[in-house]
Amino acid sequence: MVPLSWYIALSAAVFCIGVVGVLSRKNIIIIFLSIELILNSVNISLCAYSHFLDSLRGQVFVFFIMAVAAAEAAIGLAIIIALYRNKETISTAEINLLKW
Amino acid sequence: MMFKYALIPFLPLSAFVINGLFGRWMKEQAHWVPIAAVLTSFVLSVITLFEVMGGQVGGGQIYSWIVSGGFDVHIGFKVDQLTAVMLIVVTTVSSLVHIYSVGYMHGDKGYPRFFAYLALFTFSMLMLVMADNFLQLYVFWEAVGLCSYFLIGFWYEKKSASDAAKKAFVVNRVGDFGFGLGIMLVFVTFGTLNYDTVFAAIGGHAGETVNILGTQIGLFTVIALLLFTGAMGKSAQLPLHVWLPDAMEGPTPVSALIHAATMVTAGVFMVARCHPIFNQSQAALDVVTWVGGITALFAATIALTQYDIKRVVAYSTISQLGYMFVGCGVGAYTAGVFHLMTHAFFKGLLFLGAGSVIHAMSGEQDMRMMGGLKKKIPWTYWTFLLASISISGIPPFAGFFSKDEILWKAFESHGAGHTVYYLLAIAAFLTAFYSFRVIFMTFWGESRAEGEAAHHVHESPKVMLGPLVILAALAVIAGFAGVPEAAYGSNWFHGFMANVFGGGHEGAMAEAVAGHGLEQTMMLVSVAIGGSGIALAYYMYMMNPELPGKLAKQYWTLHDLLYKKYYIDELYDAVFINPIKAASTGFFWKVVDVGIIDGIVNGAGSLVVWTSGGLRKIQTGYYHHYAFGMALGVFVIVGLFLFIL
Repeated sequence: MVPLSWYIALSAAVFCIGVVGVLSRKNIIIIFLSIELILNSVNISLCAYSHFLDSLRGQVFVFFIMAVAAAEAAIGLAIIIALYRNKETISTAEINLLKW
Repeated sequence: MMFKYALIPFLPLSAFVINGLFGRWMKEQAHWVPIAAVLTSFVLSVITLFEVMGGQVGGGQIYSWIVSGGFDVHIGFKVDQLTAVMLIVVTTVSSLVHIYSVGYMHGDKGYPRFFAYLALFTFSMLMLVMADNFLQLYVFWEAVGLCSYFLIGFWYEKKSASDAAKKAFVVNRVGDFGFGLGIMLVFVTFGTLNYDTVFAAIGGHAGETVNILGTQIGLFTVIALLLFTGAMGKSAQLPLHVWLPDAMEGPTPVSALIHAATMVTAGVFMVARCHPIFNQSQAALDVVTWVGGITALFAATIALTQYDIKRVVAYSTISQLGYMFVGCGVGAYTAGVFHLMTHAFFKGLLFLGAGSVIHAMSGEQDMRMMGGLKKKIPWTYWTFLLASISISGIPPFAGFFSKDEILWKAFESHGAGHTVYYLLAIAAFLTAFYSFRVIFMTFWGESRAEGEAAHHVHESPKVMLGPLVILAALAVIAGFAGVPEAAYGSNWFHGFMANVFGGGHEGAMAEAVAGHGLEQTMMLVSVAIGGSGIALAYYMYMMNPELPGKLAKQYWTLHDLLYKKYYIDELYDAVFINPIKAASTGFFWKVVDVGIIDGIVNGAGSLVVWTSGGLRKIQTGYYHHYAFGMALGVFVIVGLFLFIL
């Protein structure tokens, strides 16, 4: 069997990759991609626990998270389109309207 | 009874309120209410005088003002012979000045305001003389000083007038500082400020001393000297006399009322009222005598050289106030108050007469521009002449009896008074001289007036002449109230005031037995002094008119010293005024106010700006900085909970 700790480690690793991506990428679409990575890392962890605890709860929760992630992606892309229409860019390095 | 007493000051107060509120609409009719109020007060004062003559003294309290622990002060009245005399003096002169002002201030744009201030002054002065406790005395002492400020600076747009008003008030405050300390010491000693209670308790504190900077000084000496500093300021004695000549910037009726008859006599009144305290300290009495005597001579010498007619009369006032203080200092309080009364009449007349002359000369005040007015303004001339004869001490005019009594009491006293007699005698000679110098320069001889003024010389209207005539009559007959026994009179005034000052101090009873030879001789000496002063003035100004000019050139250092008033104003400027101004501008303004205080206030603001300037740099506007901040916060809190808590 694959030990539980490996799944958790995988989940943590993916989570960290996602967080680093959110913090350090300039392209907004890549940032959203990283956010999806974070959400899916949580999915991995939930499924692992669901299998090891012999409960379907974890997997049902995964469905909820996927639904939320999809809805959020839709709204997020709408925001990106609106942003592009106004600022002609999708690079966060060029957006600093709230600067003091 | 109390209501009648209360009406005397409160009628002028209501006149002030009415003129103050409605003066703008009363305009040229603004004088009716104040004149009616003051004349009514005069009538009530006369009634009070007759009652007091019949033996009815008293008074009482009308309002409980401060009741705090052991400190009780009420507004009340003390009506005795001294009060009655002062009431008559104040209301008489005030009524006459009010009437005179109708003519003198005619057409002035501040006409209603003038009468409002005169009424307020009359109220304050009446409350002062009727007070029955020290605090009421002090409050209305300040109030008359305030009214003096208003009235001296009446033509406030003129810088010299507002400067003079400021000077009067500040110099008065210097004296009042000592006065306030004296009153506090009275309270600390006696536990009360009520006259009757304090005077009755004096015996219990006889011989006590106070520790001042290590030495033990008599308690009553300290109290009396502190009270006297207030009198020095208010009554313009050396060294606090400097405000009175400058106060001539005010309209002449003001000079007559305030700076001749009433306010400046408040100091003498206070010393007379507090005589039980002064009598406990020979040292203080000696100080009073010396200050009075030196001031009398000092001011008389300055009056010799002045050319402004009002200045001469102002220095004359300072000099005569010195006489009154000498009278009090040798224990002859009755004589001092008697001279206060006669002086109010003839000095008030001299000022109003001077005002009439100035009115006739279209505003000219310099005597070098006058002359030959005798025929042109006869009424003014004759009344002025009567006043001058009175002040020179020629019998049977009022000034002779009051001045001579002071001279006699000083001569026969032992110690300071006797020496001061010689100062007063010289001052009497000088007084006669400079008074008649004014007469000869202003009214006799040829006219030296030029241009416009020369053509418009005219007698003053009847409303101004009437008060002059009344005061002249008083200046002539008022002396008969106090004809001494040596001159075959009964000295009615002395007997009248006996209830206040005691029937007769040491020597008076012995007098009646021993005969009056010496006193009669001294009377003749006084008349001779006055007469020779007049004669010298006649010689120098009528028979030999070049002589004053020649003497002035020959003895120019002495002349300069006198003309420049002994350089005292310059001395005060150098020692007090300019150092304070320099310290204020250089240090207190630039360093303390602008640097430190403004620095702290502005600095508080700058600190906030600087801090916020630093803090706002966090708001970069960049998404990834904010995201990083959020992530950092999450990790810190999670770490906190995992590892520390």
